[in-house]
Amino acid sequence: MADKQTILIVDDSEMNRAILADMLGNEFAILEAENGSEGVAMLQRHGTEISLVLLDIVMPVMDGFGVLNLMNKYHWIEDIPVIMISAERGSSHIERAFELGITDFISRPFDALIVHRRVVNTILLYAKQKRLTAMVADQIIEKERQSSLMIDILSHIVEFRNGESGMHVRHVHTLTETLLKALVQKTDKYHLSQEDIAIISTASALHDIGKIAIPEEILNKPGRFTDEEFAIMKTHSMVGAEMLEALPFYQNEPLVKAAYQICRWHHERWDGRGYPDGLKEDEIPISAQMVALADVYDALTSERVYKPAFSHDQAVNMILNGECGTFNPLLMDCLRDCADEILVELNTDNVEGRNRREMQNVARELHKHEELNASERTLELLEHERMKYSFFASLTKEIQFEYTVTPPSLLLSTWGAEKLGLPETMMEPYQDSQARARISDSDLENLADMLHSTTPGNPVVTYDCKLPVEGEERWHRIIARASWSSEEPPRYIGCIGKALDIHSSRLQLENLEQEASHDALTGLINRAYARKRICERLADRPAGRYALAILDLDYFKSANDTYGHMFGDQVLKFLAERMRRSIRGGDIAARVGGDEFLIFLEYKDDLESTIEGIYNRVNGGVYEDFKISVSMGVASTEIVDGEYETLFRCADEALYVVKNSGKGHYSYYHKEHAHVGGDISAVSPIDGADEAGEAEDKEEKA
Amino acid sequence: MTLKECYAALGGDYDEVMGRLRSERLVQKFVLKFLNDGSYQLLLDSLAAGDREEAFRAAHTIKGVCANLAFNDLLASSEQLTEALRDGKPAQPGEEALLARVKADYDCAYQAISAFQEGVGG
Repeated sequence: MADKQTILIVDDSEMNRAILADMLGNEFAILEAENGSEGVAMLQRHGTEISLVLLDIVMPVMDGFGVLNLMNKYHWIEDIPVIMISAERGSSHIERAFELGITDFISRPFDALIVHRRVVNTILLYAKQKRLTAMVADQIIEKERQSSLMIDILSHIVEFRNGESGMHVRHVHTLTETLLKALVQKTDKYHLSQEDIAIISTASALHDIGKIAIPEEILNKPGRFTDEEFAIMKTHSMVGAEMLEALPFYQNEPLVKAAYQICRWHHERWDGRGYPDGLKEDEIPISAQMVALADVYDALTSERVYKPAFSHDQAVNMILNGECGTFNPLLMDCLRDCADEILVELNTDNVEGRNRREMQNVARELHKHEELNASERTLELLEHERMKYSFFASLTKEIQFEYTVTPPSLLLSTWGAEKLGLPETMMEPYQDSQARARISDSDLENLADMLHSTTPGNPVVTYDCKLPVEGEERWHRIIARASWSSEEPPRYIGCIGKALDIHSSRLQLENLEQEASHDALTGLINRAYARKRICERLADRPAGRYALAILDLDYFKSANDTYGHMFGDQVLKFLAERMRRSIRGGDIAARVGGDEFLIFLEYKDDLESTIEGIYNRVNGGVYEDFKISVSMGVASTEIVDGEYETLFRCADEALYVVKNSGKGHYSYYHKEHAHVGGDISAVSPIDGADEAGEAEDKEEKA
Repeated sequence: MTLKECYAALGGDYDEVMGRLRSERLVQKFVLKFLNDGSYQLLLDSLAAGDREEAFRAAHTIKGVCANLAFNDLLASSEQLTEALRDGKPAQPGEEALLARVKADYDCAYQAISAFQEGVGG
């Protein structure tokens, strides 16, 4: 943070300054002043490097109001926001402070968070307004530049034909503008606004366009005109006006109207002896009067074929002495007043620079009068929206939240804060152990990832996780909307959202899922659900090595027949429990149906011993009087492809072989089993065969 | 003596100040600073010299500091004295009693903080 923004604290109590400095010192550079006049000195020295002033009221030497008065006098208050902090509670004090332009008022004793937040908000708001002002100025300048460029080109065409330097038009522009400004200082008789001055100055460039209709030999004649030639020359003012009048469009444009007056009447004279119409005194529009004066001055100071160039002082004197026609006495006063300025302006004639300066003023005015009103209204609306929001938020029984990245803060609705046992406002929630205890690190990370991966066009995410509400972990659905800044590329600036309690519906769903996916008798998952999970597993990591085993309880029919179905069910539950305890965490055990079960597992190297272990734990022993004997067929992705259907069919084929070769053992599916169905000749039995009868088995299978 | 006990001894609201400034380190730092704040001496001196305007500012500063630190007893008495001195009002009957209250409350705060300071080895 090399360029921290600077805050000036003006307070006579060292302790008060220290408290504020301590609270804000991490993020801002702090300047301190112990009374009003020291504060003003700081403002004088640092100017707009100071981003914000925190100002006390009651202080020795100069109080806070004294500081505000000076800030108004020097217009600092327009650029540097002031937050007043005081123990004064009288509303007249507060009112007066606001009238003097403070942005905010915080009463003592203050809350550290509120001070921090308001300081940050105020600085952001002002930074934004400054940016907007600059943008408006840039746009106006660009637009103006384009249009004056066109006018310059057009008028220069006339001038070059005239054999002049090309600077005449520029000079007339500058002179007209300077004189008009002097005029409005002197009188408001002509009701000229800043805009009028700009339009007249721009239009002045067109004063001689009528010369385009004058034959070149007359226009550029080195010697004196004959009467006839002079009569032709004089037509240029009326011709120029007619050209403008004949424009098929833009007739109502102020620029065209001003240019018409200037073209037609810039050779009229105050005493009525000019041409073409012989107007006198203020019958002549002020625009034309000014351009006439500027035109004469520039003609005097320029070299012509028939005369040398006069100096500035000579030219001014000649005009003032009435040697070059009669002019409005007011204009003479203006010329006298700004003679020095004219010299400077013409020598440093830089239309661009002047334009920019002016446009910044225009933008500034705009900012003062409209922009500020607009933002006040916006703030009002914003305040209203906030009030509405917090009202409704206080009514709903929802956990609502708002997170902003800079400064990192989390706001919770009143109800939500209460339920979660957190304060409504938290700064740096990521660093807050209380806040972090409310959501697991992985959930927080997932949620943040999801929000960061949204786009401005599609900013909403939904995430289910457990949140502790009044000490009880309950399922919640978090619906959040990411906020993106409007700049390019958009920046993630925070999110808003709410957490809905979905605990009961989630549990219900879980129950339904449980019912749909599990076997009611044994509690193992059912065949359909096992298939789904196995397929997911295979798709997830297709490179893994997997095995699927199908188990069958031998002589189960006799258990049912001998001891009844209730007993049969108990045996199945007993076996299921054994299976559950025999498999590892990631393995899948399921009841396929009847007395058939399934085990699916992933293995690394030693499948043999894993399978043997499982088989030995599941097989053998008795349940009450019933001997537990299990037959098992195994297929692995070592031998067959990694499709569930294939694994299942092949394991079933291997089981079939076991069943037909004495039961009570297990066997792997081998390649040579393929397509042989029940052909036991191809089997390579492995374990010691159970000697139990085959007929019985057939019967049971049936 | 803990900071909380110190607050109890000087008639302050420990929970309130912690709620606002949120850091025991900060509160402790400023409570200890209170011992070196010259406003109280300034108040006595300017009253003795008859400079009621300066006295008002000093009382006002004490009030502001007490408000920040939630020293409620001294806040209440200094606030009353501040109002009695406001706008250069001439002394009213009862001002002596107000000043006596401020003195008593200040002494109480000073002693409590001094004791606390010894405890923390400051």
